[in-house]
Amino acid sequence: MNLLEIKNLSLFKEGRPILNNLSMDIWEGHVHAIIGPNGAGKSTLANTIMGLSGYRDFEGDVLFEGKSIKALPVDERARKGITLLFQEPARFEGLGVSQFILAGAKEKSRAVVEDALQHAGLSPEKYMRRAVDKTLSGGERKRIELASIYAMKPRLVLMDEPDSGVDIDSVKYIFAVIKELRHRGSTVILITHSPEVLKHADHAFLICAGTLVDKGEMSRMFDYFNGKCVPCVHVGQPTVDAAVQPLAAN
Amino acid sequence: MAEQAIVDKEALLEELLASINQHKFTPDVAHVEIHGNQVLNKNLVDGLMVEAESIEDGVKVHIRVKSGVTLKNPVNFCFGLIPENGVQRIIIDTVIGEGAHAKFIANCTFPNAVNIQHLMNATITVEKGASLSYFERHVHGPNGGVTIVPVTKVLVGEDARFSTEFELIKGAAGVVELEYAAEVTKNATVDMMTRIFGREGDRIHIKEAAHLSGEGSTGVLTSHIALKNRASATIENELIADAPYARGHVDCKEIVQDDARARAIPVVQVNNHLAHVTHEAAIGSVDSKQLETLLSRGLTEDEATDLIIQGLLS
Repeated sequence: MNLLEIKNLSLFKEGRPILNNLSMDIWEGHVHAIIGPNGAGKSTLANTIMGLSGYRDFEGDVLFEGKSIKALPVDERARKGITLLFQEPARFEGLGVSQFILAGAKEKSRAVVEDALQHAGLSPEKYMRRAVDKTLSGGERKRIELASIYAMKPRLVLMDEPDSGVDIDSVKYIFAVIKELRHRGSTVILITHSPEVLKHADHAFLICAGTLVDKGEMSRMFDYFNGKCVPCVHVGQPTVDAAVQPLAAN
Repeated sequence: MAEQAIVDKEALLEELLASINQHKFTPDVAHVEIHGNQVLNKNLVDGLMVEAESIEDGVKVHIRVKSGVTLKNPVNFCFGLIPENGVQRIIIDTVIGEGAHAKFIANCTFPNAVNIQHLMNATITVEKGASLSYFERHVHGPNGGVTIVPVTKVLVGEDARFSTEFELIKGAAGVVELEYAAEVTKNATVDMMTRIFGREGDRIHIKEAAHLSGEGSTGVLTSHIALKNRASATIENELIADAPYARGHVDCKEIVQDDARARAIPVVQVNNHLAHVTHEAAIGSVDSKQLETLLSRGLTEDEATDLIIQGLLS
């Protein structure tokens, strides 16, 4: 069953198509990955689904549980169960880790904060009284943001480069949370450049120049990272007509 | 007549403390409560001297922490006026003796203010190797009828440390004219923090200055201000480093909503090539990245803004 449907989505910035007639079905309860080169439109797609400022004016439609969310602001989309792990997490001067985690949590309790921090591999004793500010590293803030998403129990999580800024030892906690989110019934969309992250997806979409080039099971989509990308002439030279041909051929 | 005066004094004390949510202290906690020009209550501990003298519209207070003494608990001061109108002038002279260490908490409360002036003139000397942490919290009523003018001069002796926090978050700020100036000598440290929430027609002017005159001295001046409605604020932070290895930082953040206006004037000056001073200032609406992060957790824009401001002022 489709949780999210992207229908003929086109988004232009300064007259250039960043997303071009993009259509995708996101099956409920699965972990999906969106892969593609720099500038392909992956983050733009995540921001558009979330409805962030600057990504609201587009052609086509985005359906969540069969209903258009195009007109809904970010917070209403979030209250329907959609959320986003930002590539660069924000810093909140003075805002406590507990307050931040509980901000979006359905259940407000100390146990929820402790559970979320533990799942993100962070010691509650060490972090609960700290602030989500510049005294934390980017990797720590990312894991605290992940903990806040875990506590929110979302229906759909968009994760923009979930491993960026996170050290090798800590990235396992990111993957553990992805697994746990899926186990709890959340649908996850991973925006990634990383084959390691792709391994945690069931299914992937390859986009280039804002257009869907290929899609399939994770194992087959690994070809992209093995230099066996579908023929594609538009890296650095976006030509949308060329981009859609391989998919049409499939 | 005398009995009535005692009853009035006790009732005032109770009301004063209730307005700051403080009711009883244990005997080992030093505290002084002053209403208008009257000392209502005082409890001192070994090593702490507090002498107060009534003047026409306030009190003169001499505070001394004896050399070498470390006060175990913070000393609690409560200044205030319960009536709607009046003037309270506080003249304070504080000396923290050599090698002594103390923490002061001052609550200034004007819960019913319609037209009140709270004027404070303070000199603070933190002698060699001593430290003083001073936290001043203001509790105002909702009407904003308070003019507060605290002027403080601080001398931080060699290897000494002085930190101060000024908080005015609850109630309407009214008119605030805050002025702090610190002279920071060899290897001494000063840390000044101001947190104010201005609403309605509040007018806030903060002038914090630190002169890093001693070798290896350090200073940090931080102002976090949130303004809404028609409130206005001007923040002047001045940090001058004259000595080698002096280090300083100025940090001014102001969140402005509605028709509020904010102005920041950071002045950083270095007169020695071995000194180093930095500053950062950010004024404007709530940061969009912070806002969108909280919106994407399902908070409304108002809820998210309140939480961001709460953090900034915490």
